[in-house]
Amino acid sequence: MNEEIIIAGFGGQGVLSLGKILAYSGIMEDLEVSWFPSYGPEMRGGTANVTVILSNERISSPVLNVYDTAIVFNQQSLDKFEPKVKPGGLLLYDPNGITRHPERKDIDIYQIDATKEGAALGSTKVLNMVALGAYLKLKPIVKLENVHKGLLKSLPERHHHLIPLNEKAIGVGMEKVKLIHKAEHVNAK
Amino acid sequence: MGEILLMKGNEALAEAIIRAGVDGYFGYPITPQSEVMEYLAAAKPEERTGMVLLQAESELAAINMLYGAGATGKKAITSSSSPGISLMQEGISYIAGAEIPVVVVNVVRGGPGLGTIQPAQSDYFQATKGGGHGDYHLLVLAPNSVQEMSDFVPLAFDLAFKYRNPVMILSDGLIGQMMEKVELFEPIPRWTDEYIREHHGNWATIGKTPDRERNIITSLDLVPERMEKHNMHLKEKYEQMEREEVRFEEIQTEDAEYLFVAYGSSSRIAMKAIKLARAEGIKVGLLRPITLYPFPKKRLRELADQVKGMLSVELSLGQMVEDVKLSVECRIPVEHYGRVGGMIPTPEEVVEALKTKIINR
Amino acid sequence: MAKSKVIPHHDVPLDQIIKPENIIFKKTKLFTDNVLSYCPGCGHGVAHRLILEVIEEMGIADKVIGIAPVGCSVLAYEFMDLDMQEAAHGRAPALATGIKRTNPDKFVFSYQGDGDLAAIGTAETIHAANRGENITVIFINNGIYGMTGGQMAPTTLEGMKTSTTPYGRDPRQMGHPIKITELVAQLPGTCYVTRQAVHTAALVRKAKKAIRRAFEYQKANKGLSFVEIVSNCNSGWKMTPVQAIKWLEENMLPYYPLGDLKDVGLD
Ligand SMILES: Cc1ncc(C[n+]2csc(CCOP(=O)(O)OP(=O)(O)O)c2C)c(N)n1
Ligand code: SF4
Ligand SMILES: [Mg+2]
Repeated sequence: MNEEIIIAGFGGQGVLSLGKILAYSGIMEDLEVSWFPSYGPEMRGGTANVTVILSNERISSPVLNVYDTAIVFNQQSLDKFEPKVKPGGLLLYDPNGITRHPERKDIDIYQIDATKEGAALGSTKVLNMVALGAYLKLKPIVKLENVHKGLLKSLPERHHHLIPLNEKAIGVGMEKVKLIHKAEHVNAK
Repeated sequence: MGEILLMKGNEALAEAIIRAGVDGYFGYPITPQSEVMEYLAAAKPEERTGMVLLQAESELAAINMLYGAGATGKKAITSSSSPGISLMQEGISYIAGAEIPVVVVNVVRGGPGLGTIQPAQSDYFQATKGGGHGDYHLLVLAPNSVQEMSDFVPLAFDLAFKYRNPVMILSDGLIGQMMEKVELFEPIPRWTDEYIREHHGNWATIGKTPDRERNIITSLDLVPERMEKHNMHLKEKYEQMEREEVRFEEIQTEDAEYLFVAYGSSSRIAMKAIKLARAEGIKVGLLRPITLYPFPKKRLRELADQVKGMLSVELSLGQMVEDVKLSVECRIPVEHYGRVGGMIPTPEEVVEALKTKIINR
Repeated sequence: MAKSKVIPHHDVPLDQIIKPENIIFKKTKLFTDNVLSYCPGCGHGVAHRLILEVIEEMGIADKVIGIAPVGCSVLAYEFMDLDMQEAAHGRAPALATGIKRTNPDKFVFSYQGDGDLAAIGTAETIHAANRGENITVIFINNGIYGMTGGQMAPTTLEGMKTSTTPYGRDPRQMGHPIKITELVAQLPGTCYVTRQAVHTAALVRKAKKAIRRAFEYQKANKGLSFVEIVSNCNSGWKMTPVQAIKWLEENMLPYYPLGDLKDVGLD
């Protein structure tokens, strides 16, 4: 198993922490993991992204050019990373604010209305967990019990009371994820 | 087995500093390594081990605080990034001359000047060839993972005290900012004053007692005969390092026809490039220098008889490639590939460079 | 003729609104059109404007050489339509000395934050002042390292939380907040030393007068003129701009009181 993921959106959408929770869940699953963020002034109000890799082998490069999965939360990130999904790979996006939707035919495209569903849960802070649920539904690379352990590890203790809400959001994501386009047959590995 | 955590390279370094029994950290904020001091400040090292943490007024001051503390046999460390390390060069030269064991961490960013806060490996020359004035070397360790950011702290202190020489951990913004699994080592207690007196009392300035001559820490000697002798003594230390401390890692070199030479973050990219190249049937391996000084010259010289060409992959305009060339003594083609200014080459680019610069040259 | 722009949703052509008789405020032409990189509500932008207005009003733009520091205002040269130099962290007064000594007929100012001026560059600050260099120093004191993400500055108040003093600044460990302006005022090389602020309209007008006076001193070759501006850093203080101004008034100003510390007289 080797899963190479890019997660991208606006700073404040919980992009980096989504990556962190995924990485921590990977550790609980006994996988090798890496997490590399964009950092610096780019992040002040602008876009943020993080590359997360989970693998059962030693991880080589923590920065990549193409990805098995892209999880994107805004137009800029969609434009930037849609072309970088490997043929046969997965693109999962939040349609909130998207005017130009993905067009590729050789990848799986799914939508999750994370912003909307997060707000419906009563917190704008859990949209990233809704997306995580959607992703795990499509690619169950880590067990939910390990996500729980990952949450325990990555959230500071003063936020542990929010774990049930986060898990609820994951459940909503799993339920609400929607297929837009299934990859046409490709010969990729 | 120790505790396993997910940490940034900078955080793992900071935690390792506390666990390694360090007596003092002195630093000045600079991106991309400010997390080191921030982590330390939050972790209350003064309560955990009694370690001193001080935000200095400048890197110039910080390195001289290391001079003072290190010269009393205490374990002293600083971390900074390129512009701050430049400011420390005067102090580093004095520390090398006065033979003080200290550890300096450089989380490199792109230069010259203020440059960029993104990762780079453009301080290789500065780290390995001097940096400050005079004939001296740092012993330079190049971590390529968060685990090594942690493990190299106690190693660096062992080497610093073994040689009474400054040791540099040469990292970069990529290794500093990325998170990986890290297994923390068991805390090493700080040395007691008795321990220091017993093991380092023959040189450290810890207060003269009637039973011994006074200890003097200095880099000055105005008598040329004596100064030359001091320089030759330093040279002997460097030669001993070259014999005993060369460290490197080899990946898929057994059957390699070509070789990447890369350290730190670019070695990680090269590892991925190996996978891509081998999928195309190109037999390429990697030699990753772990000590940049002393450099794995001998092993590269041996590999020059096996492979058809080497590509030095660096986030620079071509610095380590000079040492690779010196090592292989013109036996095979050696080329450089790198991106600079904070750009990071993709593994695909590296494979392409191997093809155009070496295989199809 | 170019078609007049229309304000969205208002069908009124812009040139019917923007008429000379309607204009009550204009950006000085010494501001470039680059978008300021400062956080909303930050004092840096106002301080820039005052310096530029003074230079414009004195008609000396062609004789001014400015120095940008390392700090949030590291890109000051992007916003000031003047000949500018970018200094290494803390070294601006040394650059200024080099410029002024070799170009005594030019106006030279350095623009520096508290970390730049009062930590890493303390020696340069004190010695340029002590030599009485004929330069103007504009010192933005926001009590924090804004640019690097909110670490302790030499001017950080006692008990104030920053990312390197997460439990509050403890003077026994970190020393007391430094009143560098009081130090500078003691040096015979300085002619005019003042502390101002820019968070209300009245204070902005006062601060501008002070900056003007500082440049007049430079014109009169009287020595080093020094204008501290007590400012806010919403991002570093982790406050909204409104909270930050309140906090500044309640905490910064009692410790850093406004007013002239030294004024030897212009004639
Ligand atoms: C030699 C050196 N050390 C450290 C830095 C990192 N650095 C950049 S700005 C800054 C602090 C700036 O704070 P201040 O002068 O108060 O300006 P502000 O951002 O608050 O306006 C630091 C430490 C650097 N650029 N060069
Ligand atoms: S970080 Fe602080 S000093 Fe810098 S621009 Fe923002 S508010 Fe101003
Ligand atoms: Mg400041």
